[in-house]
Amino acid sequence: MATVPAPVITATNLVKKYKDFAAVDGISFEVAPGESFGLLGPNGAGKSTTMRMVGAVSTRTSGDLSVLDLDPNQFGPEIRSQLGVVPQSDNLDAELRVRDNLIVYGRYFGLPIGRVKARADELLAFAQLEDKAKSKVDDLSGGMKRRLTIARALINDPRILLLDEPTTGLDPQARHILWDRLFRLKEQGTTLVLTTHYMDEAEQLCDRLVVVDKGTIMAEGSPAALIREYSSREVLEVRFGSEKNAEVAGRLEGIGERVEVLPDRILVYSDNGEAELVRITERGLHPITSLVRRSSLEDVFLRLTGRSLIE
Amino acid sequence: MISTDSRLVASVSRLRPMRSLYAGNATSVMQRGWLATRSSNWLVILSGFFEPIFYLLSLGIGLGSLVGAVTTSTGHAIPYAAFIAPALLATAAMNGAVYDSTWNVFFKMHFAKLYQGMLSTSLGPLDVALGEILLALLRGALYAVGFMIVMQALGLTLSWWALLALPAVLLIAFGFASFGMGITSYMKTFQQMDWINFIMLPMFLLSATFYPITVYPEWIRWFIQAMPLWHGVELVRGLTTGDVNIAMLWHVLYYLVMIVLGLILTTRRLRALFLD
Ligand SMILES: Nc1ncnc2c1ncn2[C@@H]1O[C@H](COP(=O)(O)OP(=O)(O)OP(=O)(O)O)[C@@H](O)[C@H]1O
Ligand SMILES: [Mg+2]
Repeated sequence: MATVPAPVITATNLVKKYKDFAAVDGISFEVAPGESFGLLGPNGAGKSTTMRMVGAVSTRTSGDLSVLDLDPNQFGPEIRSQLGVVPQSDNLDAELRVRDNLIVYGRYFGLPIGRVKARADELLAFAQLEDKAKSKVDDLSGGMKRRLTIARALINDPRILLLDEPTTGLDPQARHILWDRLFRLKEQGTTLVLTTHYMDEAEQLCDRLVVVDKGTIMAEGSPAALIREYSSREVLEVRFGSEKNAEVAGRLEGIGERVEVLPDRILVYSDNGEAELVRITERGLHPITSLVRRSSLEDVFLRLTGRSLIE
Repeated sequence: MISTDSRLVASVSRLRPMRSLYAGNATSVMQRGWLATRSSNWLVILSGFFEPIFYLLSLGIGLGSLVGAVTTSTGHAIPYAAFIAPALLATAAMNGAVYDSTWNVFFKMHFAKLYQGMLSTSLGPLDVALGEILLALLRGALYAVGFMIVMQALGLTLSWWALLALPAVLLIAFGFASFGMGITSYMKTFQQMDWINFIMLPMFLLSATFYPITVYPEWIRWFIQAMPLWHGVELVRGLTTGDVNIAMLWHVLYYLVMIVLGLILTTRRLRALFLD
């Protein structure tokens, strides 16, 4: 019988208040070693705040938190020495060259210079930045900066890598390169904790995730399980023009398992989208455009909160 | 300098439990600063170095030839250039230390997010404070040592006590660096930062730099004696002119208080800002 390994992160009723406002309002989760765990949620959900508490750079207001079996309130430096952190906005050292960024950062952990230098070269290769070793940080593209930040986070061979919106603001190609790098880390057994408001990113990278909104957890599970539980297999998207959508919605009684009316389109949840489209046209309704697609985490979020993930 | 560092580190480590404040790794912060100065503006650094030397040449030698001798606070008559040289030495230490610990720190704190990055490693706020302050001190010390060499070459060091002026300028630079960073860490806007210049210039001109403090009425004297530079000037002047007395330890104490206060302020502020 395989025993379940002890979690590397355990949060219980975690709360962070700024004055009276609860940015994180009682969330609980566990992350197993080697797992890739995601926090999915819209702007202001409390993702970054949670990450900062786990990263031992922000003290919780109440609740319990254990990271690598230590309490961040008491053992901040010990925890931080075993974490790699990729913050939401890059904070690379613009006064240092690319390779020096890695070396100096390694020295902050008190690591010997020889080891740091060797590791810096490995990581430059990993981040595909070898030919940029001597460049200024400001001369890198957004995607390169992000890769450098990830490389920097790996300089101390962390047991957990915390990634706060690793690909926000990058073009599709840069995102795919980054996902590929993160996937390799995952394969090597690094525990990843990442926040995102991209569904595709969560589906690509996360074994398990929590959907966060307004500081609380709305749902938890693997991407597939969440879709199964909170959505249907397929979604039919129909557009009747922004004026008519609301009016048409009233005549869709009995169509699909569930119907969501958005300002620009109507979503019909069903295991068979094509069949629903036929039933709609049989009622004499003719959408301007229609599209059948598989359910995604976006639909899960919509179901849970009644709002879109990206406004 | 290295001994100052390690002594300080030793005394700080006795203050444990401070595990979350200090990882004993301020040197990595200094190394970073040293690497970063490579990309900085050397013209600014050099001009800071030459400024007091130009003052010495123009006022000390030039004006000095008209003024003749000056009577010190303890009643000794010395050449004018020898009178102002130690004051300019203390000022050199101050300028070097303040440059790095105020504007540079302000920028790093608010724009470069440098400290945010540092404090997500195993460094503590005291490592960052100490590393930055010691680096600023080093700059002040470099200015001061250069100036001392010029003083020596011009025959303006009048006593063997002048050897002690070296640790004295280190102390002065440390005091200004520490207190400067402490103050700066609480500043939020450029306007507030301008206050530093607003205070530094009159302090330089009035702190018994160019004439004995006895020329002022009583109330101005009190005011000047409350300011840090006057203590530095008196301390260094006593040493380079060989006019040494036990009361000079008050000046030393003044700087020790500045150092400790600056370290406490900076550490607290860094923690509040980046480890809330
Ligand atoms: N230092 C702070 N002081 C006051 N309020 C804060 C502070 N940090 C965060 N907040 C508030 O807490 C809430 C959650 O912020 P947080 O940055 O955790 O959101 P997020 O989920 O990361 O959002 P985003 O996707 O925009 O990054 C927001 O309403 C934010 O305004
Ligand atoms: Mg965020």
